[in-house]
Amino acid sequence: MSESTTRTAVRPTASGWLQAWLPRLVLAPSIAVSLFFVYGFMLWTFVLSLTSSRMLPSYDFVGFGQYSRLMANERWWVASTNLMLFGTLFIVICLVIGVLLAMLLDQKIRQEGALRTIYLYPMALSFIVTGVVWKWLLNPQLGIQAMVQGWGFESFRFDWIVDSDMAIYTLVIAAVWQASGFVMALFLAGLRGVDDSIVKAAQLDGASLPRIYWRVVMPCLRPVVFSAVMILAHIAIKSFDLVVALTGGGPGYATDLPATFMYTHAFNRAQIGLGSASAMLMLGGVLAILIPYLYSELRSRKHG
Amino acid sequence: MANVIRRQTPAARLLRAVLYSVLIIAGLFYILPLVVMLMTSIKPLSEISAGTLLSLPQNPTLEPWTKAWGEACTGMRCEGVGGYFWNSFAIVIPAVLISTTVGALNGYALTKWRFKGSELVFALMLFGCFIPFQVVLLPMAQTLGWLGLSSSRAGLILVHVVFGIAFTTLFFRNFYVGIPNELVSAAKLDGAGFFRIFWRILLPVSAPIIVVSVIWQFTQIWNDFLFGVAFSAHNTQPVTVALNNLVNTSTGVREYNVDMAAAMMIAALPTLLVYVLAGKYFVRGLTAGSVKG
Repeated sequence: MSESTTRTAVRPTASGWLQAWLPRLVLAPSIAVSLFFVYGFMLWTFVLSLTSSRMLPSYDFVGFGQYSRLMANERWWVASTNLMLFGTLFIVICLVIGVLLAMLLDQKIRQEGALRTIYLYPMALSFIVTGVVWKWLLNPQLGIQAMVQGWGFESFRFDWIVDSDMAIYTLVIAAVWQASGFVMALFLAGLRGVDDSIVKAAQLDGASLPRIYWRVVMPCLRPVVFSAVMILAHIAIKSFDLVVALTGGGPGYATDLPATFMYTHAFNRAQIGLGSASAMLMLGGVLAILIPYLYSELRSRKHG
Repeated sequence: MANVIRRQTPAARLLRAVLYSVLIIAGLFYILPLVVMLMTSIKPLSEISAGTLLSLPQNPTLEPWTKAWGEACTGMRCEGVGGYFWNSFAIVIPAVLISTTVGALNGYALTKWRFKGSELVFALMLFGCFIPFQVVLLPMAQTLGWLGLSSSRAGLILVHVVFGIAFTTLFFRNFYVGIPNELVSAAKLDGAGFFRIFWRILLPVSAPIIVVSVIWQFTQIWNDFLFGVAFSAHNTQPVTVALNNLVNTSTGVREYNVDMAAAMMIAALPTLLVYVLAGKYFVRGLTAGSVKG
């Protein structure tokens, strides 16, 4: 830092000036893009959410009217409740499966690499592909239900995908299938990072294996749990493709999520104002998760 | 002591067997959908209605694949998803190259040429990783219209670059923070300029992070559906959108084998291939992209 300032002081030439400003010039387009396409667009969507826009954006303002319409909209409540249910189940199940598989894989397993690859590959797929596959597996006439019935269990029922009370759980199944291996990979990396000597010391003290895991290893994994929850919550809020491909939001709108609600209203039903309001609430949801996370990240960095 | 060990052996062996069974059952949960997809994609339609998910193909045929590639109906058109497959490439390749290059330069400028406010700039850009994209869809649609890029591949490339830069900058910034500053300072003293230092000192050690960034961007953009469905027309759709149309086209008999062939081989194959070839970097991208704040 000091070198460069003295250099520019000694040689205040055009090229020296350019060198000093070049980093800023290189960053400038990205900063501009970010200001316009991220912050500007957020503001723009907020402005749209205050208007009565339908087919096309118009700018006659109706205050928070769209938000109160949204609050009175039954479909929005279905979508929000669905997100709560789907998000909670998705996160909890992924965490449980992820921790268990990581602990089991950490027992000096033969073929660990192959198993890890198998657990993780769904994460490389598009949610559209996942949706298409699970739609096929869950198809009552041709999928798992038909197969198990064919084995002689005539009364076996697994038709959640066409049942409006149960269809939301099919989203959970498919999303868990896609993301739980990834959570496993996170935990496995975390477990490998736990200091062996602490575990050895606990063993010498005569602690049992479950107790060691619960009292010694798990506390070390707290940051991993935290990150995993962040990532999974983020995936849950953004879930759009999976719903489109697996259930199309149906039966009816039983499996709508805020992401599909926004898209349907803004792009298919000529309700731009209402769609914008719902997008702003989604953003609010993300911020509600993100801000405590960033806060704790910054605090922990300061402390050590 | 020996007694204890002998007493433990059968129990330990049983435990080991249980452990392996659990791991294998979990493996089946993950792998079976892929196996079913692959088997269904090579069965004739008659075998699908007669058999079950796991019945092996009796007369394997590649017809569903050729049909998915060149003839299947996606909405009103019946040209298969082959063309959309190339669309995806035409969008993905420039978008990945541009966003990775920009991200590398940003990361370099933010770490090796720190200036007052550079941390703030980083924080500002980082936020782009977290927003739900629904919040930018409507303004984006209008902006693309103004730029004359509505429903074009160039428009989609722009969108993916704009929202990919946040991630690529994050990757390179976190990587370059770990590269010692001494070399860069020495080169600065010798009078080497911004680009020269990047080219000679940073770039030669950047291979791992370039791979991470390319793989991350490739899978993200290839798998994108939201931008694809919002900002494309018939002839510019990426393959994920075409696949969804194919599966939801409701004319005639539902050809599940063709659906599966399209899903499996055409939409999923490129990213699966990347995953198999460079799985290590794929995981690194996933974690770096989302964990580091």
